[in-house]
Amino acid sequence: MQEPVAVIPLSVAPSSKLRQHSETIAFVLMVAVLVVAPFFTYPLFLMQVMCFALFACAFNLLIGYVGLLSFGHALYFGWASYLSAFAAKHWGLTPELAIIVGTATGALLGLIAGSLAIRRQGIYFAMITLALAQMMFFFALQAKFTGGEDGIQAVPRGHLFGLIDLRNEMSMYIVVLVIFLAGFLLIYRIIHSPFGEVLKAIRENEPRAISLGYKTDRYKLIAFVLSATLAGCAGATKAIVLQLASLTDVNWPMSGEVVLMTLVGGLGTIFGPVVGAFVILAMQYKLSVVGEWVLVIQGVIFVSCVLLFRRGIVGEIAARFK
Amino acid sequence: MFEIFGVPSTALFGQLLIGLINGSFYALLSLGLAVIFGMLNIINFSHGAQYMMGAFAAYLMLKYTGMGYWPALILAPLIVGATGVLIERLFLQWLYKLDHLYGLLLTFGLALIIEGVARNQLGSAGLPYVVPDALRGGQNLGFMFLPNYRAWVIFASLTVCLSTWFVIERTRLGAYLRAATENPTLVRAFGINVPVMITLTYGFGVALAAFAGVMAAPIYNVSPQMGSELIIVVFAVVVIGGMGSILGAIVTGFGLGIVEGLTKVFFPEASNTVIFVIMAIVLLVRPAGLFGRRA
Repeated sequence: MQEPVAVIPLSVAPSSKLRQHSETIAFVLMVAVLVVAPFFTYPLFLMQVMCFALFACAFNLLIGYVGLLSFGHALYFGWASYLSAFAAKHWGLTPELAIIVGTATGALLGLIAGSLAIRRQGIYFAMITLALAQMMFFFALQAKFTGGEDGIQAVPRGHLFGLIDLRNEMSMYIVVLVIFLAGFLLIYRIIHSPFGEVLKAIRENEPRAISLGYKTDRYKLIAFVLSATLAGCAGATKAIVLQLASLTDVNWPMSGEVVLMTLVGGLGTIFGPVVGAFVILAMQYKLSVVGEWVLVIQGVIFVSCVLLFRRGIVGEIAARFK
Repeated sequence: MFEIFGVPSTALFGQLLIGLINGSFYALLSLGLAVIFGMLNIINFSHGAQYMMGAFAAYLMLKYTGMGYWPALILAPLIVGATGVLIERLFLQWLYKLDHLYGLLLTFGLALIIEGVARNQLGSAGLPYVVPDALRGGQNLGFMFLPNYRAWVIFASLTVCLSTWFVIERTRLGAYLRAATENPTLVRAFGINVPVMITLTYGFGVALAAFAGVMAAPIYNVSPQMGSELIIVVFAVVVIGGMGSILGAIVTGFGLGIVEGLTKVFFPEASNTVIFVIMAIVLLVRPAGLFGRRA
């Protein structure tokens, strides 16, 4: 069997100082855009973009920095969305508590699925995560509390800390913005921590990392749980924003969609998933008139990304400035 | 009429038969995946879509040219296999030097395209396909009723699986294939055209999927999503069996089909998920899979 060559394209800039500099500029720019944008376009659309951007960033933490392709991230996103919707609607929890419940669900499921999936590498890992996600999809389909085909509808947005009414679109927007930025910065911090360096070492050469004395399985599991937790946080927030949790969120096309977002934006780039989430959601929004063709278009984007620009939008831009 | 563990024997054997039928498809599809993975180092995510293409090819042939089941059983795999050859030449051949994951992503994209086109052209409702005249009716075996067509599916699938195993493990062509899997550069040095072998292997794997699709058409309805639902289960089958062994893929496929059938009798709520649960258990006990070698 041939050894695989050239794993995920690297986004490493020549000097880390220059890189930090450009990343700071990009971050300030992103925050500025997100603060101004709701005055120009639908806040609901932007909130959706931020939820999916956080979801894609969480996914990217695994594929981009540990080299693990999870094809079942809908599991954490969808189940967190169910639990947070259920907590808000039937237990009457305040939105921040409902989101915490959802996030914890993602973490727990990530721990279980992750400890199974890291037992195999490469494409087996992808197939295992997909299969486990599908199993939990069937549970969601059969379980009573998920509402089956209907999902959990009319989830109350409630009052943040029991005080601030989130039915106000702007208050909701600020909450989502804060959650998104916190998640984004957490991921940034993880990537640039000593822990993150070990993850990258595992991505580049796992046997070597093992021979250097790192317990790579433990690192992979922690990364997996972190990713699932953040995906859960994104799903839980989405359920409160859209006031809906449904089977779409746990089914396999959702797992494919987050892969697509990250691939389009740029695997292993910090801003890639954010750009990718925006591009894909904007496309779905504009193309909702063409119906089933969206599937075909997504497929075409997949194929052309893999064949023509594997670095993704942000990766290509970064390569220009090198 | 007698009972086994409190279950009427007819129900038990009936589900066992359904299990064997499902197992036939699991075996054919996981065999194709294993053959393709062996040569191309790619997990063919579009395998389910190509299975669906086989069923649709049979349906369209009947509708527009009046060609029935038997010609379709030969022609549909050939046509779909030819599109596989085209896909390998156009897309997959550029990915061999990259990480395996890109092959998975690309074929996933292809699966979306194929399924999307099918939905647009044919709608997402299932279309019926009639059982061929020669295989109508069935046999009364005393303890159960065996429809002829179902018996044929099990027989045909076993024959195709075992012939594939025989060709790969026991013939000179198979020896070339196995050698090229181990060390393509060396095999090329002996003057064997490995790139052509790779192309044809992909075409063959895809044709196997299409063959399964044609056989499935009279049993399940022909629908665009018939493949994507199946392929995820087949992935679990492949994880359980490991892709290192051809015979392993066949045995695991049939075995899991039977287990699934039995689950439907004793614990129907779990019948959708039992294969995934078995996968989880196998990962805990034997992480390399039942027939796999530790990588």
